[in-house]
Amino acid sequence: MNLMPHLIAAPILLPLLTAAMMLMLGEKHRPLKAKINLFSSLVGLGIAVLLLQWTQETGVPGSIGVYLPGNWQVPFGIVLVVDRLSALMLVLTGIIGVSALLFAMARWDGAGSSFHALFQIQMMGLYGAFLTADLFNLFVFFEVLLAASYGLMLHGSGRSRVSSGLHYISINLLASSLFLIGAALIYGVTGTLNMADLALKIPLVPEADRGLLHAGAGILAVAFLAKAGMWPLNFWLVPAYSAASAPVAAMFAIMTKVGVYTLLRLWTLLFSGQAGASAYFGGDWLIYGGMATIVCAAVAILAAQRLERLASLSILVSAGILLSAIGFAQPNLIGAALFYLVNSTLALSALFLLAELIERSRSANEMPLFDDGDLPRPMESLQPPKGINLDDEQKAVVGQVIPWTMAFLGLSFIACSLLIIGMPPLSGFIGKLGLLSALLNPLGLGNGGDEPISNAAWGLLALLILSGLASLIAFSRLGIQRFWTPEERPSPLLRRFECVPIIALLGLSIALTFKAEPLLRYTQAAAQALNNPQQYVMAVLGTRTIPSPEAKAAVAEVTP
Amino acid sequence: MEEVIAIAIGVLAASGVWLILRPRTFQVVMGLCLLSYGVNLFIFSMGSLFIGKEPNIKEGVPQDLLHYTDPLPQALVLTAIVISFAMTALFLVVLLASRGLTGTDHVDGREPKE
Repeated sequence: MNLMPHLIAAPILLPLLTAAMMLMLGEKHRPLKAKINLFSSLVGLGIAVLLLQWTQETGVPGSIGVYLPGNWQVPFGIVLVVDRLSALMLVLTGIIGVSALLFAMARWDGAGSSFHALFQIQMMGLYGAFLTADLFNLFVFFEVLLAASYGLMLHGSGRSRVSSGLHYISINLLASSLFLIGAALIYGVTGTLNMADLALKIPLVPEADRGLLHAGAGILAVAFLAKAGMWPLNFWLVPAYSAASAPVAAMFAIMTKVGVYTLLRLWTLLFSGQAGASAYFGGDWLIYGGMATIVCAAVAILAAQRLERLASLSILVSAGILLSAIGFAQPNLIGAALFYLVNSTLALSALFLLAELIERSRSANEMPLFDDGDLPRPMESLQPPKGINLDDEQKAVVGQVIPWTMAFLGLSFIACSLLIIGMPPLSGFIGKLGLLSALLNPLGLGNGGDEPISNAAWGLLALLILSGLASLIAFSRLGIQRFWTPEERPSPLLRRFECVPIIALLGLSIALTFKAEPLLRYTQAAAQALNNPQQYVMAVLGTRTIPSPEAKAAVAEVTP
Repeated sequence: MEEVIAIAIGVLAASGVWLILRPRTFQVVMGLCLLSYGVNLFIFSMGSLFIGKEPNIKEGVPQDLLHYTDPLPQALVLTAIVISFAMTALFLVVLLASRGLTGTDHVDGREPKE
């Protein structure tokens, strides 16, 4: 018996069982729960890597694994599907989860009860959302991950968390209502909620119902775009992510990517080139909405005074780039965007962890938590206070040892900034270069040089470069303020657990610089598969239920 | 009957949206409640409205949608009710926490300047 199809359900079941076990352990035994949580997260990551390897194997048709949890024939029961895109997102979730957990184990998990149980539920929701192939099941997993994220968002309590949490929860409850309305409309028109079945039924929708279908898809998209952080649906994001505790914010770095993933998955399936009159419905909205997001976030990033805020705004920039790139429905551009997604998620997650360590030594009341409305401070603080000698000819400060903590934080900050801005030599540059080259060569390098480049492509090209410039300015200024300002303050105390995840995340990104080719090949293959939804549809609809023992016995009797 | 249900959904949704846009947290909770009622009725009505038809298969009645009502929206609406109920309860807790920490029931945690 082949175990592999059953492994598809494991990333959902494992965190669920772990969370249930932790709830039974009660309020105490925090170190034990932390160990169980770490073990379970590592096993989850291992399973995700196994699934990724499995989708890489040739010979499996379309590299798509389908699992029927209830053993019901396909359009009637829930389906779990793992293909290249899902597997990539699973591994990314696993990596981010383990890193955030390691960071939390040093200090943050004691800031409130039930951190570990909520963390596992959050992982379950994320894994489930990436695996499911049923629209309503997707809603359920969204609610699971949101419910856990509400708890995690408020973890540590405090005025700013509760107040921004209130906005975060109400926006997401509203988005869930829109999700339900959209799903109900689509069900009313097509009579199915299975994504593969929807892809088959949408070209056959009669002309009179097409407006209703498009309205449903549009309402559904608003719900996802609010999660993905598209302007003007993203005003909740920056206060919520900046106020959340560092490990939680690092986890949230992948939450906007859930919105991007669902959009990519549903849009390429339901409104692919084969969808008849509905082909590429709403693509322009994605392109121009994404561009508006980049513009607003890039302007806001110039005014950011706190590292957490800078990190949240960088999330919005990357969300805008991804949404806009998806809207072009161009396989090589989507492939490059997926590479950029992996790279930016890792770097942003590291930045959230780093931000807390850097800000730790500053006293809490030194800076107002909400710096909106304030103009950037003049750089007066760069003038050395009297009595401190910065002139290297007087030799008074030469030979001072930089504390290792400051050296570590400074170097990590430089690496992080390079990755997020997309400057050479790190992998952020490869991601952005991939996007730019795909925009300039719509049909792939070497063929179709006569194809004119659309105005939208030129616009995105310019915005990619300008948003990089804005990030560069903001990152350099904050870096100078945080690291070069001569101030009398103790260097921050770091625990080993807190450095490990940052080194791991940045190390992975740096490793991607040298090993970019395998991942690029993988993301290009994933994008090609998204461009040919028939494979997905055939794999899902072609899956047969496993006959019950009685049926097997009956068959055996008939054919001895 | 369709008209009555449609008007009811419209009134619920409109009142819900209006209340969500109000500045007090309790009004927002009530708005979210009303909106979720409207959404639940909407999902329910997507299975097309009939009087006296059951979702359960009975002996002697042909098995098609002319003789039964679609059971799937009823199952979906059950899930949606449970989830929205739980989320509203959670939201109430956050509302109380916010009231306790900020001393005001304004959604921004501070009274607007006059």
